[in-house]
Amino acid sequence: MDKQRAKDIIACRCAQELKDGYVVNLGIGIPTQCARFFPEGIDIVLHAELGLVGQGPAPTPEQADRMHLVDASGNAATMIPGAVIVDSATNFGLIRGGHVDACVLGALEADAEGSFGNWLIPGKKMTGMGGAMDLVNGAKTVILAMIHTQGGKSKIVEKCTLPLTGCRVVDMIVTELAVMVVTPEGLVLTEYNPELGDRDTAVRIICENTDAKLQISGALKPMKLPPVE
Amino acid sequence: MKPKIITAREAAALIPSGSRVMFGGFIGCGAAHAIIKALDETDVENIEGVFDDGSIVNGPDGSPYYAWARLIHSGKIKKYIGTHVGSNPDASERWARGELELELVPQGSLAEMIRAGGMGIPGILTPTGIGTLVEESPWVDRKLEIGGKDYLLMKPLRADFALISGYKVDKRGNIWYKGTTRNFSPLMAMAADTVIVEAEHLVEVGEIEPENVVTPGILVDYIVVREEDYHG
Repeated sequence: MDKQRAKDIIACRCAQELKDGYVVNLGIGIPTQCARFFPEGIDIVLHAELGLVGQGPAPTPEQADRMHLVDASGNAATMIPGAVIVDSATNFGLIRGGHVDACVLGALEADAEGSFGNWLIPGKKMTGMGGAMDLVNGAKTVILAMIHTQGGKSKIVEKCTLPLTGCRVVDMIVTELAVMVVTPEGLVLTEYNPELGDRDTAVRIICENTDAKLQISGALKPMKLPPVE
Repeated sequence: MKPKIITAREAAALIPSGSRVMFGGFIGCGAAHAIIKALDETDVENIEGVFDDGSIVNGPDGSPYYAWARLIHSGKIKKYIGTHVGSNPDASERWARGELELELVPQGSLAEMIRAGGMGIPGILTPTGIGTLVEESPWVDRKLEIGGKDYLLMKPLRADFALISGYKVDKRGNIWYKGTTRNFSPLMAMAADTVIVEAEHLVEVGEIEPENVVTPGILVDYIVVREEDYHG
């Protein structure tokens, strides 16, 4: 599948989980793209780690003031009317205190228990946890937005081997192939990408590409996809 | 006592080698850019830096390494206490080569550790980091069970110096922050022995209404006025 198409499918499907009135934190990468797919007519307050509650759309070049107003990736940002700036302690109080309704985060690896890793590949790459560990402990709903495989290897595994960002914290995993929810009994496949083929073909492809055991939901249905651009 | 107004170079000269320095800012936004630039021009070394993240390269002020990324690049910072280096490949490569020591904690924990350091609280309890490598951090005092749930007791964090910046700073040191420049600075201003604020605009007392002051000037020791022709 085309890489941009895959990212759009994931971002679009994650956005459908967000409801009117939600305070939402979007991580960097695919999660940021969710904002392009917010359902029409609903009010969502975007929360950014550096203390901006009510982040607006990307600025025009004339509006941009990167010395004074940026998003959590350091890009020039805007504020919606009614936005608020708080310090980092208050901001993480908003997160840890359960005042953020949902967060969407990227992951390098996720498992059947709802644990995942995204900050360190030992001996290879150090990113750092940033605000992710607080988000996954504090946000009411934790959604992972991730490409299903890497170099042909499943990123959805029975038990994570990478250092964890959160232990048993994930509610839902959205990939370009499938939607899976985390339950006490493990991962349940609830939706499949209809571009993979009919229901049975799609389920077979998803299972072949997933190292974790998947239970198939009785209410399994096709994912709602964005239009092809 | 009213803060003393000094130059960026004089401010940099106050900081001896081996100091622990807190840098206000988030991905460089809100950093004390001119003081950091002056500090980079001194022969100071072995700085233990406390800041949110690794900042970025190619800063909006024209700097090749933005804010404290400059001090990481020149090797002046030997240890970094913070949360993230992913935005600055130079920092993560230095770590991989063993040139930069890292003590990473979750961002919310870092904020609370600094808050505790500044507010006379001997530690903070948080669920964040349970079940992860954070449990092994030198900044964790111990794990505690309260009401059947596990928490980490994180140690308070203080520094010898805090370098912060304010958009408007009055002559008593009262600070108002513009946009997203606020972030960690109000916390760091409480948690360092010597606090130096870089003023983008130095204003008369009263120009910031008392209710709108974010950081009280009683915390500020020195003010540096950022030159209008400053560039990174």
